[in-house]
Amino acid sequence: MRRVVITGQGTVNPLGKSVQETYDAMAKGQCAITQLQIRDVERLSVRVGAQVQDYQAERHFSRQELVRLDRFSQFALLSARQAAEQAGLEAGSFCKESAGVVIGTAGGGLNTWDSSYRAVYQERKNRVHPFVVPRLMNNAAASTISMQLQLQGPTFSVSTACSSSNHAIGQAFHMIRGGAAELMFAGGSESMICFGGIKAWESLRVMSSTGCRPFSADRDGMVQGEGAAVFLLEEYSHATARGAQPLCEILGFCMTSDAGDIVLPSREGAARTMRGALADAGIDAAEIDYVNAHGTATAANDRIECAAIHDVFDSCVEELRVSSTKSMHGHLIGGTGAVELLACTLALTQGVIAPTIGIKKQDPNCRLDVVPNKAVHSRVDFAMSNAFAFGGLNAVLVLGASR
Amino acid sequence: MSSIYSQVIDIIASQAVLDVADVGPESTLEELGIDSLGIVEAIFAIEEMFDIDISFNANEPGESDVDFTSVGSIVEAVERLVTSKRG
Repeated sequence: MRRVVITGQGTVNPLGKSVQETYDAMAKGQCAITQLQIRDVERLSVRVGAQVQDYQAERHFSRQELVRLDRFSQFALLSARQAAEQAGLEAGSFCKESAGVVIGTAGGGLNTWDSSYRAVYQERKNRVHPFVVPRLMNNAAASTISMQLQLQGPTFSVSTACSSSNHAIGQAFHMIRGGAAELMFAGGSESMICFGGIKAWESLRVMSSTGCRPFSADRDGMVQGEGAAVFLLEEYSHATARGAQPLCEILGFCMTSDAGDIVLPSREGAARTMRGALADAGIDAAEIDYVNAHGTATAANDRIECAAIHDVFDSCVEELRVSSTKSMHGHLIGGTGAVELLACTLALTQGVIAPTIGIKKQDPNCRLDVVPNKAVHSRVDFAMSNAFAFGGLNAVLVLGASR
Repeated sequence: MSSIYSQVIDIIASQAVLDVADVGPESTLEELGIDSLGIVEAIFAIEEMFDIDISFNANEPGESDVDFTSVGSIVEAVERLVTSKRG
């Protein structure tokens, strides 16, 4: 079977504008959740979030590029550039017809929708910028990456709410394993933090106005984040032939649908997906050292996810470490799985398990080693990353260390 | 030179990523390297600047009531539209 390795990674997220900054913040257990700084914030009841700070788009893009790029595309493109650079990927060094891009996003160019609707409905303007459509379309990020890096193979966007990133990475993994591509840029991006984006979430009554404390007895909901992470996935011999160093290996992927509730997660569905990913990877539950939980800090998710983890890992659960890094970077919605995969690559490459921060007293219904508040140093050979989306769509990845 | 002329030149030069000194009334959009999407963007900027409406369909560029062949012809049309708006 063709093996799929990760040879490059890049990110722009609330914890940092590079992988190293993100690793450092995760290792230190830093929290990027602050008071939101957006227009009309005073009309929101939820006023906390994790925004990408000190970001100056003009430093990275020309004026001509900026009129075409929504914030979510900018984050994705910067992440892809970092991944290509780390992997030493240069134009001409690979077959561009065998290289593609899959980017997950739930809202696409939501900031562009928001500001354009504001212009025509609130400000009564009768025209909007001619590039509103190419800016807001969900495939804008994937297409822009393919244009800039000259990737002419399979390229598309995936939109499955909060599991968009895991589905995107899973699709890219399948394509390389199945022979449809030799290398794929895959990940996710989201920038939903604007008045309309937060207002919609606020109305669901699942948001915290204090902070994100997954598995903590005093948790009171999710907190939104923004940003992107993009990975370069490559067929193993393709990577080694060009002298690229694999960071780790993607071993398995499983995706399922609960066919149940549009918002509530399912214990059975979550467990079935974790088991499916282990079976696809060909490893036992006992071999997994670390699970990056979906861990949204909603009562429904945390209890159901913990129960499902107990179902799958059974007696091995005592040895298992499970953390939700959303406590630090917030919930990046369609981009979240990609940034959370960085916690897995941090564990696999450096033996640092990122903590779940903000835990004062652990919820007795979440009896797991959730790596409370402080990172743990421990060898990690196999890691799992969970994503359980609204719509009952589950996507779980299993990764192994490169040794 | 009218202020409309200099404002239109500003917009077109910015669209072409050129210095205003390199754009004159005889310059054609083709020479300046402005493609059809670039024309659409320049029209948007001109409409915003002068609060006028320019009829233009990228599928039928020749059917517009504005002649987009040269900078001079665009300025002439904008002057006409601004004057008729003041009416």
